[in-house]
Amino acid sequence: MSRALKILAFQASAIAAGVLMMGVVADMARAAPPVPPTAVTIGNFTFNSPTLTVKPGTTVTWTNADDIPHTVVSKDGIFKSKVLDTGDRFSFTFAKAGQFGYYCSLHPHMTGIVTVKA
Amino acid sequence: MLDDLEDDRRGFLKCMAWAGTGALFAFQGGIGSSIGLDAALAAPVKRTAIQPFTFAQISDSHIGFNKPPNADARATFREAIAKVKALPSRPDFVIHTGDVSQLSRDEEFDDADQMLKELGLPVFFVPGEHDMLDPDGGKAFLNRFGKGSQGTGWYSFDHRGVHFVALVNVADLKPGGMGNLGAEQLAWLKADLAGRSSSTPIVVFAHIPLWTVYADWGWGTDDSAEALKLLARFGSVTVLNGHIHQITQKVEGNIAFHTARSTAFPQPAPGTAPSPGPLKVPPEQLHSMLGITDALFVRGHDRIALIDSTLSA
Repeated sequence: MSRALKILAFQASAIAAGVLMMGVVADMARAAPPVPPTAVTIGNFTFNSPTLTVKPGTTVTWTNADDIPHTVVSKDGIFKSKVLDTGDRFSFTFAKAGQFGYYCSLHPHMTGIVTVKA
Repeated sequence: MLDDLEDDRRGFLKCMAWAGTGALFAFQGGIGSSIGLDAALAAPVKRTAIQPFTFAQISDSHIGFNKPPNADARATFREAIAKVKALPSRPDFVIHTGDVSQLSRDEEFDDADQMLKELGLPVFFVPGEHDMLDPDGGKAFLNRFGKGSQGTGWYSFDHRGVHFVALVNVADLKPGGMGNLGAEQLAWLKADLAGRSSSTPIVVFAHIPLWTVYADWGWGTDDSAEALKLLARFGSVTVLNGHIHQITQKVEGNIAFHTARSTAFPQPAPGTAPSPGPLKVPPEQLHSMLGITDALFVRGHDRIALIDSTLSA
């Protein structure tokens, strides 16, 4: 193969690789649409994402970052954490669509809502 | 003599509270004036058939708390108990206005219990929200500290002519709300007060303030107005609370409100921080922000003096 052909072949393969990579990126984008936050930090006596929208099947994890214990309790009795001391976590998987209000049973002025829709 | 005193008693409500800054506030008919603490203590006590007495209030011991600004809430509780022991006039009893523990653990309740027993005095409790964290939602507290109480832990008793009412406003809290007494407890309170003469001095104690100190932080009780309505006809009502870990006071009609310091950690003044929670003061400041309250009854003078003192004093 002449030197010129070699260069041509290299360029072609580089372009092919580039096209392939673009395809992979596009596939990744299709497989994983922008992921909504599934973590809620509790800090300064607030749920830091007080409103959260997720798809059915999403697991939401709350982590207490305060020096004071808190709880995560569904207003409708659907889920209820144990007391969460500093650094403790609680997770719940939202299987069905709907609106799920919750609060801290120790400090009930702390409230949040998880909206689950497909 | 006694009749005169009774008239005087009806005409005046004198409630004094020392805010730990050396000031003493005397309230007469709801109008506050300030006098020196030494002068007040030296004031002659009128002779009446009923002997004066004192009781002490401790609050928010949070046994088990070990984070800044206090690595050992047990140690500061022990200091508070020593402070009660050293009071010039031995109190008849002690009230603990809740948050005995940090996480409602057995060993936290047990340590508090053991330390309090060193006082050799009766202790009357109400739970704070930190005392409701066992899996049964307050049973551990009630089994140990709430014997003979009703519902979630309310009760009343009489001592030397004064009626004491212990209320629970930390159970079954509603989303978006503050403290809560609930219909059942309010009905009980109505019945408890019904047969009593309006001249009976009343002391009410509960964990969360029974007036709204700061709604944004949940520092109040949603249905306290209904309780206060039942108390309005009494000539002398003193409401003692904890929860907010600092002294606040107010007089409304014949009702004097007062919140006590914690023995564990201070909290910010309303609205001065993004949220409530432990105020991380330097170690050398901590003891000046923790303390106890000593309450002095002098019938005839009808005076309730509340003297707050810090652990550093």
